[in-house]
Amino acid sequence: MPTLTLYDAVGAALTEEMRRDSSVIAFGEGIATKRHELVDEFGGLRIRNTPLAEGIIAGTAVGAAATGLRPVVDLLFAPFLCYAMDELVNSAGKLRYLSGGQFSFPLVTLAMTGAGWGVGAQHNHNVEAWFVHSPGLKVVMPSTPADAKALLKSAIRDDNPVLFFLDIGLLYQPGEVPADEQTLPLGRATVLREGHDVTLVSYGKTVQHCQQAAETLADHGIAAEVIDLRSLKPLDEAAILTSVGKTGRLVVVHEANRLCGIGAEIAALVAEQAFASLKAPIIRLGGPDAPVAASYPLEQASVPQASAIAAAAARLCAAQPA
Amino acid sequence: MKPSHPASDPRQLLEQMLLIRAYEEAIVSGSAAGKMPGTCTSVGQEAAAVGVVNALAADDLILTNHRSAGHLLTRGADPGRLLAEVMGRRDGYCKGRSGSLHISAKELGVVLTSTIVGAELSLAPGVALSQTMLGRPGIVVCFFGDGAACEGSFHESLNLAALWNLPILYVCENNQWQAFVHRREAMSREHVADWAAAYGIPARTVDGNDVFAALAAAQAAAAEVRDSRRPYLLETCTYRTRGHLEPDDQGYVDQAELAAWLARDPIAACRDRLLADGSLTPAQAAALSDRVSTRIAVAQAFAEASPFPAAEELCRDVYA
Repeated sequence: MPTLTLYDAVGAALTEEMRRDSSVIAFGEGIATKRHELVDEFGGLRIRNTPLAEGIIAGTAVGAAATGLRPVVDLLFAPFLCYAMDELVNSAGKLRYLSGGQFSFPLVTLAMTGAGWGVGAQHNHNVEAWFVHSPGLKVVMPSTPADAKALLKSAIRDDNPVLFFLDIGLLYQPGEVPADEQTLPLGRATVLREGHDVTLVSYGKTVQHCQQAAETLADHGIAAEVIDLRSLKPLDEAAILTSVGKTGRLVVVHEANRLCGIGAEIAALVAEQAFASLKAPIIRLGGPDAPVAASYPLEQASVPQASAIAAAAARLCAAQPA
Repeated sequence: MKPSHPASDPRQLLEQMLLIRAYEEAIVSGSAAGKMPGTCTSVGQEAAAVGVVNALAADDLILTNHRSAGHLLTRGADPGRLLAEVMGRRDGYCKGRSGSLHISAKELGVVLTSTIVGAELSLAPGVALSQTMLGRPGIVVCFFGDGAACEGSFHESLNLAALWNLPILYVCENNQWQAFVHRREAMSREHVADWAAAYGIPARTVDGNDVFAALAAAQAAAAEVRDSRRPYLLETCTYRTRGHLEPDDQGYVDQAELAAWLARDPIAACRDRLLADGSLTPAQAAALSDRVSTRIAVAQAFAEASPFPAAEELCRDVYA
């Protein structure tokens, strides 16, 4: 199986989808410069650089998507999405509904986020929950190159606007990627490790931290189940509920701020629908209510690490069932 | 319903303006009577809409905004379905989900109406990119106001359209009002057209209260966009003679300025000119008014008879 980085897996997905469907185009901040091999294959009309103007990039994608093209736009860093909020939230997310279903918006927005490069809070802000909270949008954040390729292919084929977040800390990690043109449905989580004592639910780089924590827990006789959500909307509620039904304990982990993050939604989901299964309180581990600093130790401290995840899970397993 | 053929008979232009006025006045009185929600009207701006829309071809695409009645009706929209939409009824163009503010009618080529001021400018380049890349002949016409021209999206849109050679006819309906703020208080220049030169986009202003002048200017502008496949900006100078959103007592409006513009009412000006040059008789003028009144009465009855959407509609059409 070939080995690709997540960055190259994105390029591979784009290449395959652009070969498959001539209505797929890509434009954004430096995409034609950084992915010049796509320009060589598809020409400068289908792969374009743009001004550094996120609002008009996103707006152009929305207008093009509604009228026959399938644009993929690269807005670089997630905090820059603030400049594109109107186009993504008010237009892409709402105009299908407000028009009585006259339009659809098959577009993908790529944005990088997360700790890893020490770029500080104006380039690193995990804002994915904002878009989960906005109707009409789908949200994906893969943790491996293979998932990134297969999910991006599905996102490009999806008739809805998809926010596709790339974790900076994972971008240049290599991983095996199937050579065939495999796709993965959006909204399906994956169980990376089975266990019956505690469920660790995560997405993005903290999936790896959960896997490391599960190793540590195994050394202490605790069998942790690790779930990678991969998509945040649609959310694979069944995968979460099934696992908690088995383990009775849940730790939700993400790099994004804990306050009103995805973890809060998942905790509420489990409290509402699987309360009787719970043997212990739910724990959420997430970033603090603070902008992310550039300084390496502070940046790392904003991310739930394996040791904290293992400690939280062990605490739950030590608690006596009510 | 397909987009209506452009009007060639000047009496048709007058009738279209009368229809817009009667339609909006029906909403104003309906909202005063508590039967309809308040809306943003385009009363006083009818000539700007009728002149420009009659310059377009059937395969051109229109992006408009919250003051869209003139664009929709001139394009051939059924006033009954429009009123049903305003009233939140099932037979509206958007199944009652839009209300008056974001009415799109894809079948008429009126696409992606947004009420976020400036959003039409953000979306227009993408629509034009589709026209270009998919080899469609139609140009894109983007209606916006002087308020939207003060948004960053105006400047980003013009820059990208010029850079990428996009066939967009930008039509600024400068109605002198940006919600409750006069254009003088918000714009560094007198005219939006002045800004186009910075992007290498040809532009001109025209009297938006003279339907014949607006039509001629729009025909020339549309022809230029069609031939060059590049953007052009036409500014129709007009005046919003009613408030921002009904009901509105317009207490903030300079009465002398309002009176001066009311004296230049585009419908009265057109009618007087046609009566003076003999192309319209007083009897024909009365017949036009009667025909329009009847159409609006029928439309209103249709809208009132249309049911509200069922509760199951609440979450339909959110996702494709």
